[in-house]
Amino acid sequence: MSKILIRGAKVLGGEPQDVLIDGEFIEAVGSGLDADGAQIVEAGGKVLLPGLVDLHTHLREPGREDSETVLTGTRAAASGGYTAVFAMANTFPVADTAGVVEQVYRLGQEHGYCDVQPIGAVTVGLEGKKLAELGAMHESAAGVTVFSDDGKCVDDAVIMRRALEYVKAFGGVVAQHAQEPRLTEGAQMNEGIVSAELGLGGWPAVAEESIIARDVLLAEHVGSRVHICHLSTAGSVEIVRWAKSRGIDVTAEVTPHHLLLTDEMVRTYNPVYKVNPPLRTERDVLALREALADGTIDIVATDHAPHPHEDKDCEWGAAAMGMVGLETALSVVQHTMVDTGLLDWAGVAERMSFRPARIGGLEGHGRPISAGEPANLTLVDSAYRGEVDPAGFASRSRNTPYEGRELPGRVTHTFLRGRATVVDGKLA
Amino acid sequence: MKRHLISAADLTRDDAVLILDTAEEMARVADRPIKKLPTLRGRTVCNLFFEDSTRTRISFEAAEKRLSADVINFAAKGSSVSKGESLKDTAQTLEAMGVDAVVIRHGASGAPYRLANSGWIDAPVINAGDGTHQHPTQALLDAFTMRRRLIGPDAGIGQDLSGKRITIVGDVLHSRVARSNVDLLHTLGAEVTLVAPPTLVPVGVETWPCEVSYDLDGVLPKSDAVMMLRVQRERMNAAFFPTEREYSRRYGLDGDRMARMPGHALVMHPGPMVRGMEITAEVADSGRCTAVEQVTNGVSIRMAVLYLLLGGNEPAVTNPRTEEK
Repeated sequence: MSKILIRGAKVLGGEPQDVLIDGEFIEAVGSGLDADGAQIVEAGGKVLLPGLVDLHTHLREPGREDSETVLTGTRAAASGGYTAVFAMANTFPVADTAGVVEQVYRLGQEHGYCDVQPIGAVTVGLEGKKLAELGAMHESAAGVTVFSDDGKCVDDAVIMRRALEYVKAFGGVVAQHAQEPRLTEGAQMNEGIVSAELGLGGWPAVAEESIIARDVLLAEHVGSRVHICHLSTAGSVEIVRWAKSRGIDVTAEVTPHHLLLTDEMVRTYNPVYKVNPPLRTERDVLALREALADGTIDIVATDHAPHPHEDKDCEWGAAAMGMVGLETALSVVQHTMVDTGLLDWAGVAERMSFRPARIGGLEGHGRPISAGEPANLTLVDSAYRGEVDPAGFASRSRNTPYEGRELPGRVTHTFLRGRATVVDGKLA
Repeated sequence: MKRHLISAADLTRDDAVLILDTAEEMARVADRPIKKLPTLRGRTVCNLFFEDSTRTRISFEAAEKRLSADVINFAAKGSSVSKGESLKDTAQTLEAMGVDAVVIRHGASGAPYRLANSGWIDAPVINAGDGTHQHPTQALLDAFTMRRRLIGPDAGIGQDLSGKRITIVGDVLHSRVARSNVDLLHTLGAEVTLVAPPTLVPVGVETWPCEVSYDLDGVLPKSDAVMMLRVQRERMNAAFFPTEREYSRRYGLDGDRMARMPGHALVMHPGPMVRGMEITAEVADSGRCTAVEQVTNGVSIRMAVLYLLLGGNEPAVTNPRTEEK
């Protein structure tokens, strides 16, 4: 493989430097590096980040290839600056056996746009009744370490306790979709002022908070670590903050959409804003931003959830829940966290690459940008401003809540182990 | 007025008074030997009902026929909808057949809003009840009934309901009637109080332009009209209240409670009534109960809405004396 010299890039937003890639690795980082026959990428002051890592992606294959496949989903990931994604288990069939997780893993390797690390289901069929063969999935070629019934909550306290305990044997982690099922029967949106007016079934904050409170206490009791998916309320932030202060081994993620959008959007009854957990209030949004800045929330994860057009082009009640997010995540984070002064680019790298890779136990990703490290890199034109146009998405689905919205930042280059997957904003 | 009627909150005070005044003209037509006006001759109105509702559908149909519109009734059951056709395709199919207005009843809150605002069809949309969201023509007919009874059919022309104290009792949480009435009655200057067990009041009610009370007996003496909402027995199974008996005892309207209301005060009910639950037979059959009158007024209100949305600038009712010659 030939050499690539990225010239004049602000590494993690710092002073412009050159980064020389040789094969799959970074050979040198410094000023005025010799091109020495390398192919040159003029960064011109763009920001260089470690390749982004998404701990929460729905690739839909196998089973819902009409909305996304491993190929289209990883192309979308590369376009958004990601070099690794964790694929959620709620496929058809469910990723609750070594066979399914190995298939998804292998597809990711074959396509080569982005590493795909499958997540295994906690319970058979996501039904919350019986533990799936967690050990077999861990020992499979896919090497699963993150387990989640995402889309459904592991609501049975005993099953949750056992799962938390069981995965300790191989350093696994359970990622909980915190949603008390009885409190959210028929839930259509955040329960509050807007739901009262619109007459839509309420999804109360307490349904998330009560499960998080229970699970951090369970994790403490059995000495396990627990990860909280898509934390969405100010109350959840307080519980996680308390748990961390107590030394409980809990990590948490927030989605880009919960950092930006509120339940006021639902007044349009446009199901593009229908998502689970639902969009909350301005107060929640501000609390989430603050928590992401101060480290209470560890990472940003997209919860990229593709759905075909017909599942959104209908009345609210009949529509599917979820939004695509891989191709807009970094822009939303820049808009809500960087441009507001809450985070610098090093902080973004920490929350969108280093820490998600560490939480998921993923080797070779989320590494510093320095000599000898794998060349997983993302170059961002942070000065760019443009309207989101879903027609240009690499994802098979278009269910973005940002259509026509002006957002900053654009990924111009993504490198996966030294190979460009995105060049000048286009898939290679 | 807007092109569609989706929510009672879309109406200004002047819009609402105009509808009530127009309905008063329409009501006079009902007293004539021939109850028909030529206003919507040649126009086609589709009643698109995704939810069973014989009463509301028949009321709209009567209104459309009295205005000489051609009427198409579309019930979702047994139609292509039950085979999986989407709301969008159904609506576009109807419009392709030349429908000039769509009256829609749907179980999903917001379905009429989506139909009117998604670029699926061009025709005006009238909401005949959506989920637990809105039922604007019901609120209008309730306001019309109140104005006729509390002010008078003639004296009420041009008037709103300023200062009238209206109490709405029952399952507010699941009620589109309550939501529509709170919006419209507030717009018309009335003071609204909701009475319900706390389990049947939505979280978020604090921003509604009304008062909330859990004490029916305390509110009754200060009411010019008391509107009883239907309470479904099944709610008991979801623990909204312990038993039917306890609900009736605390929130039902019986003869003793009715006696605490001021002499002029009305008892209203949007129907269908569950006798013995929220209202006793004694109250339902008393002269103060306007339930049947509300049904009659519903036709006049729906005629007025259809006329104002579709009829253009022609006067709705020509002078009867001239016409009768």
